Amino acid sequence: MENPGRKRGGWNWWYLLFVIQFIAVLWPPFYNKAEPEWMGIPMFYWYQLLWVLIGAVFTAVVYFAVEE
Amino acid sequence: MQEVNWTALIIFVVLFALIAWLGFAAARWRRGDLDLLHEWGLGGRRFGTMITWFLVGGDLYTAYTFVAVPALAFGAGAVAFFAVPYTIVIYPILFLVFPRLWHVCDKHGYITAGDFVRGRFGNRWLALAITVTGIVATMPYIALQLVGIQVVVGALGVSGTGIMADLPLIIAFVVLAAFTYSSGLRAPASIAIVKDILIYITAIVAVIAIPIQLGGFGKIFAAVPASKLLLAVPGPNTTGAYGAYATLALGSALALFLYPHSMTGILSASSGHAIRRNAAMLPGYSFMLGLLALIGFFAIAAGVKGLPEYAAGFKQFGNNFAVPALFLHSFPSWFVGIAFAAIGIGALVPAAIMSIASANLYTRNIHREFINKHPTDKQEAQMAKWVSLIVKFGALVFIIFVPTKYAIQLQLLGGIWIIQTLPAVMLGAYTRWFNDWALLLGWAAGTIAGTAMAVAAHFAATYPLVLGGYGLPGYAALYTVILNLVVAIALTPVFNAISARRSAVDETAMADYYA
Repeated sequence: MENPGRKRGGWNWWYLLFVIQFIAVLWPPFYNKAEPEWMGIPMFYWYQLLWVLIGAVFTAVVYFAVEE
Repeated sequence: MQEVNWTALIIFVVLFALIAWLGFAAARWRRGDLDLLHEWGLGGRRFGTMITWFLVGGDLYTAYTFVAVPALAFGAGAVAFFAVPYTIVIYPILFLVFPRLWHVCDKHGYITAGDFVRGRFGNRWLALAITVTGIVATMPYIALQLVGIQVVVGALGVSGTGIMADLPLIIAFVVLAAFTYSSGLRAPASIAIVKDILIYITAIVAVIAIPIQLGGFGKIFAAVPASKLLLAVPGPNTTGAYGAYATLALGSALALFLYPHSMTGILSASSGHAIRRNAAMLPGYSFMLGLLALIGFFAIAAGVKGLPEYAAGFKQFGNNFAVPALFLHSFPSWFVGIAFAAIGIGALVPAAIMSIASANLYTRNIHREFINKHPTDKQEAQMAKWVSLIVKFGALVFIIFVPTKYAIQLQLLGGIWIIQTLPAVMLGAYTRWFNDWALLLGWAAGTIAGTAMAVAAHFAATYPLVLGGYGLPGYAALYTVILNLVVAIALTPVFNAISARRSAVDETAMADYYA
C-alpha cells in the first residue's frame, strides 16, 4: 500500500464484506422461509448456518487483505 | 426421579477429577510469577492463537448456552436461532475494535475495561460506573452456569434432600474456587481445551447419530409444529417478530464483548494478530451452537417430554431438561457420561473466568482507586484471589437459596446494563471526543431506562416499543444504548462549554492503539 499512515485504524474497503454479512443475517425477510429445503432442513436454518461459514471465510479474507 | 445411571456417573466423575487435577497443575504452565495481577488474572498475556481460541470459545459459549439455547428451540422454536446471527455479527466487532483495545491495554498495563476508561477519560467516577456495571452484570451470569451443572447432575439420577441435594454443586464449586485461587487464568485456559474437545465430540455425534435414529432431518422438522418452525410474519404497522429477532441478535452481539469475562479472555491473548485470527476461527463455535439449537427440535421429534421416565426431570428443570433427556434417551450410558461431563465442565470454565474478571475489576478499579491507593504487586494479586473466592461463594449462595427464575431475570438485566458501557469502552477505543461527564449521564440514562423497560415488560426478552403508532418490539438493550448515545452526544458540547478546561487528561496517545 502506498499510504500506510491512512490505513491504520481507518476505513478499509475490505470491511464492506462485514457490512454484507450484517445485512444478510440481520434482515429476517431474506430467510424466514421453509423452502427451498436442503436435506430436509428448512431454509431458515440452513441459510443461517451457511452464513456462519461464509462469515468466517469473509473474516479470513479481510485478515489476509488488511494485515501486511 | 430416575435411577442413578452408574456408568454415566462414574465417567462423569472421572472426567471431573481429571480436569480438577489439570486446573491445579496449570499453575506451572507457562510459568509466571502468580503474585503479579497480570500473571494471575491475565495469564501473563501470553496465550497464542490456539489457546486463545479454546479459552475465548470456552468462555463465551457457556454451559448455560448449551442447555438454554436448545431448550428455547424446544419450547419456543425458531426464535431460539437468533443465537446464530448473534454469534455471526460479534466477529466483525471483535476483529475491528478489540485489537485496538488490546494494544492500548498492553501498552499501559491495563487489565480491565475500568482501567482503560480511567486512563482514557481520566474520570474515576466514570470508571467506577463501568466497573460496578461489569461486576453486577457478571454475578447472575456465574449463577446461571451452576444451573447447567444442576441439570446434568439431576439427569444422572443423583438426588437428595436438604443440604444433600446441593452437595454435588457445592463440591464442584469448592474445587473450582480452589484451582482458580491457586492457578488464576491458566486454570480455565487449560481446562477449556479438554472441555471444548468434549463439547465438539458431543455435538458432532448428536447431530449425526440422533437424526439417523429418528429417520432423517425431514422427519424431525415435520414433527415440529408449524407455528414454531419459522418466525411469525409481522402484521401491518409493526416490525413484529422480525424486529425482535434482529434486535436481539444485534443487541446481544454488541453487549457480549463488553462483559468482563470476554474482556479478560481477549486481553490475555499474546497479540492483536491472535485476536484477528480468532475472529475468523471462533465461528467454529457458532456453527456448533447452531447445530446444538437444532437438538431442541430433535427432542421434540423424539417425544422425550411425553416419556414417563423423564417427567420428574421436566417438572424440576423445565425445558432445560430437554437436552439431557434426549441424550439419556438416545445414547449408551458411557457416552451420556461424556456428554454430561462436557456440559458440567463447560460451566466451570466461564465461571472461573467470570470470577477472575470480577476480581480484577474490584481490585484495580475499586480497591486501588478508592481504598488502598498504593498496594504492592503482591497485595494487589492477593486481594484479587480473595475476591474471586467471594464472588463464587456469592453465586453459589444465590443459586442454592434463590429460585432460578430470578437468576435468569437478573442475567437479562445484566445484558441491558453491560451494553451501556459501549460508548465509553468501544467508542472510546476510537475517539476521545466524548466528554467524560456526558458519558456518565448517558450511562445513567440508558441504565435507568433499560431497567424500567425490562420491569415493564415483565422480564420478557423484548420490549413492545411503539413510536408514532408503529410497533417496534425489540431488545431493550439495543434501544437504551441508542438513548445513552444520544444523551452523551447532546451533553458533550454542553459540558465542554461549562468547564473551560477539559475536565481530565487522556493518558493514552493515538499511536498506542495499534502495533
